[in-house]
Amino acid sequence: MTPVIRRRAFVPAAAVVGGLLVWGATGLPPVGVYRGPYGLVLNQVAVAERHATNVVAAVTFDYRGIDTMGEEFILFAAVIGVAILLRAMRGEAEHEPQEAVRGRRVPGTSNAVRVVGLALLGPIVLFGIYVVAHGHLTPGGGFQGGVVLATGALLVYLSGEYVTLRRVQPEHSIDLGEALGAGGYVVVGLFGLVAGGAFLANALPLGTAGTLLSAGTIPVINLAVGLEVAAGFTLLLSEFLEQTLVLGPGRSGR
Amino acid sequence: MPALAALPVAIPLLVAAALVGAGPLLRRRVADTVAIVTAAAVTVLGAALLARTLGGTTVVWFGGWTPRSGVALGVAFAIDPIGAGMVTFAGLLMTAALTFSWRYFDTVGILFHALMLVLLAAVAGFCSSGDLFNMFVFFELLSVSAYALAGYKIEDPGSLQGALNFAVTNSVGAVMVLTGVALLYGRTGALNLAQIGTTLAAAPADRLVVVAFALLLVGFFVKAAVVPFHFWLADAYAVAPTPVCVLFAGLLSELGVYAVARVYWSVFSGPFGGHTPGLRAALLAGAALTALLGGVMCILQHHLARLLAFATVSHVGLTLLGIALLEPEGLAGAALYTVADGLVKAALFVLVGILAHRFGTLEELELRGQGRALRWAAPLLVLGAVGLAGVPPFGTFVGKALIEEGAGGAAHWMAALFMVASALTAGAVLRVSGRVFAGWGPTVFGGRDESAEEAAKRHEAEEGDELRVSRSLIGPSMLVPALVLLGSSIAIGMVPGLSDRAVVVAARFADRPAYAGAVLGGARAAPTVAAPTPAGGRLVAAAPWTAGTLVLAVAGAAAALFGRRLPSRLRRRGLRLTVPMVRALRGLHSGQMGDSVTWLLIGTAGFGTVLAAVLR
Amino acid sequence: MKVMDYLPYLVSAWLFLIGLYGIVTSRNLIHAVTCLAVVQSSTYVLLLAIGYRRGGTAPIFFDVPVGTRAVDPVVASLALTDVVVGATVTALLLALAVQIHKRLGTLDPDELRAMKG
Repeated sequence: MTPVIRRRAFVPAAAVVGGLLVWGATGLPPVGVYRGPYGLVLNQVAVAERHATNVVAAVTFDYRGIDTMGEEFILFAAVIGVAILLRAMRGEAEHEPQEAVRGRRVPGTSNAVRVVGLALLGPIVLFGIYVVAHGHLTPGGGFQGGVVLATGALLVYLSGEYVTLRRVQPEHSIDLGEALGAGGYVVVGLFGLVAGGAFLANALPLGTAGTLLSAGTIPVINLAVGLEVAAGFTLLLSEFLEQTLVLGPGRSGR
Repeated sequence: MPALAALPVAIPLLVAAALVGAGPLLRRRVADTVAIVTAAAVTVLGAALLARTLGGTTVVWFGGWTPRSGVALGVAFAIDPIGAGMVTFAGLLMTAALTFSWRYFDTVGILFHALMLVLLAAVAGFCSSGDLFNMFVFFELLSVSAYALAGYKIEDPGSLQGALNFAVTNSVGAVMVLTGVALLYGRTGALNLAQIGTTLAAAPADRLVVVAFALLLVGFFVKAAVVPFHFWLADAYAVAPTPVCVLFAGLLSELGVYAVARVYWSVFSGPFGGHTPGLRAALLAGAALTALLGGVMCILQHHLARLLAFATVSHVGLTLLGIALLEPEGLAGAALYTVADGLVKAALFVLVGILAHRFGTLEELELRGQGRALRWAAPLLVLGAVGLAGVPPFGTFVGKALIEEGAGGAAHWMAALFMVASALTAGAVLRVSGRVFAGWGPTVFGGRDESAEEAAKRHEAEEGDELRVSRSLIGPSMLVPALVLLGSSIAIGMVPGLSDRAVVVAARFADRPAYAGAVLGGARAAPTVAAPTPAGGRLVAAAPWTAGTLVLAVAGAAAALFGRRLPSRLRRRGLRLTVPMVRALRGLHSGQMGDSVTWLLIGTAGFGTVLAAVLR
Repeated sequence: MKVMDYLPYLVSAWLFLIGLYGIVTSRNLIHAVTCLAVVQSSTYVLLLAIGYRRGGTAPIFFDVPVGTRAVDPVVASLALTDVVVGATVTALLLALAVQIHKRLGTLDPDELRAMKG
């Protein structure tokens, strides 16, 4: 279809679909009225049953833990997918990382940005670890904290130190971190199977609600997820950066 | 036995993570072996599950969260024989695909195996799940793995474009599924299939239920590639590397159809019980359109992978015909047909992959006559065509016979549809066998001349980074999967009394209150004993139509190969009739992402309106 | 039935449609991927609106007693899952866009004509 025909075909179809969606949504209760049993029951019992004050974390990592395992592996699969899609093609070679993209003049990083970026790096990493560790108590958790940790890597790039980082970082460490995080979740599940009779059963001691070491396996899963998300997003970042900074036409190789 | 239910998901995921973690330390053959062993293990687990669930639905609650007074707190796997059968089928296909890739790829990173195992785990989870949102999560997991695997050949720009179209269209479909789930959650406050079904059955269907059903249906139809949501499929399936195509064609589209069946019978059969005739008509119309359009597009292709991709579309339409009948017999037939037909299609893709590996191209015209070097492959390809046509002893025959019987009074129409669609697809494969192995047929394709530059360009694009250009030998690791797959399909057809047992199993699948009792009540449901109708009757009734299919298929292939010998007046008249239609059809399938999404929306509007009218 | 009571659902439907319009009429792949993200965000709005309770606080009982009126925690968990899924699909599509640009030199979807028929 030409673009014009496409637009003329799209608009009436969209109108009909929009009408159907709105018509169906009027069957929902008005916003603000929540009647369903699921959330109400969980709000009542979750804290007492799991000693976790963050009920959302209890739902995510315990009641519906298998969903989160699937979600974690979606991230895992996507990171692998990006690594596959952005691998070096025949005819490309890895160069020493350059600071400038070929053919484009990139202004050097100013000292102010570099100093502020590197100064913020420590607090960001610390904050990320805090968010991951306290996921079962206060808002946060593995996913949120992992993303905060990954922004540490982004800060390094913005401060112009990506080249340095790539030199000091061991080759395979981030992949290993990601694999440990992903595999760790399944291992916790199998542990639950062995010790608790059901896959992903919460078989560790529950502790007192409100303290750091409580809620059984939930903080353990939080750590695994935090590790995986941080490593995964850092890998994504480095894959995309390598496309511009590292890979370029060269002697054929892989 | 909670372990048995969770392991088909947990083991491949764990091994995938381990492979990635150990990446640089592992040699390629070690990784290959580990992956194949894992897939085989999943197959064995699936078979064990199948044996166990024949006695009653296995329900496993994750985290030990059993329901409290009818409110499901956790996520459940509710596995019945059809689900377990799909898990076994997935394991078998994956083992075959990984064995085939042993020699097919010259070099392949460990990430390929990891992604394949993740895909296997996702399919196992999807077919086992008894929770709607859990199904969505596994649906997205298998989709994401599929997007990445489809774009594996990054050196081929067509591959990237196909993967892009695939990813965007299927993501929109997934959004629709999630919207439907959200609407149902808003109404019932539950995510468990059995609980939603019980809550909805208590009240008549109203607009929200209708819209939610329409959205879920459309979302799953996108994955299943029902017309008009199918425009992404040929592009994606054609460009993926062959081991991946084996999985896609055999498994992925069928999952959409399975999901439709599962969602309809556990959730919507209660409120829509009184509207069955109208719903049946709507679904049958869509399925028939898919079967016929897929078949027509199939014979228009001269790229072998695209040809088989459209054959997949057509046969998904045929499977949907069985489900659209909304009867246990149709469902039983559809389940058998899916598995048997998927095995045949997978075997065909393996054979096509062997051709590609040996000759470096997938263009039918370039392969003309070259197959003489691989003479032993010819009978296998013909056997595959026969399987597509649904000839005994293939399992496709049993499935087809069941569906035709399930159609009751309209059995003739059903049989005629099956005959035409499978004749088109089988005829196309027969034409390919004739052209490739015997060198029959013209050197240019049906009135349309392909220029030399086009041919050269396509040949170059076929040389992906995993194919060796030189003439390489075909090892047993490539031949054995094809034999095993074809053999399994035949074996299914030869199991005595299979169709009767399948009907009993399907009746249990379609029994919503029994399912709800098994899942929420915690007890294993006793199988409802249905009076088995004699198998002989339906098989005999289907025989003449099957003979007709074979005759049509052979005639069609012969016409394509030897049509030049017909008197020119006849040919010219035939061409004048068909060429404009062919050109229009080809123009529709432009491979553009915007077109696919537009057709998706048009299809949603159409289906939604029809369902709203039929189900009020 | 006041409009304000159903406004979030209308917003969700609008986001869905306008995102699809963007994908269909896009002339740049990066723009199309971002429009897909808009389409996915329609589900976040829908989910969170469904779970909202008027006058409810977050379902985190760290400093409020159990039994305080709180919104639904399940939709929060579902939306979290949904966000992660959306982000990962976006990453994959952007990687595809980068490679397409490298191989074909264009980001215009209408100029990608490798797959006709």
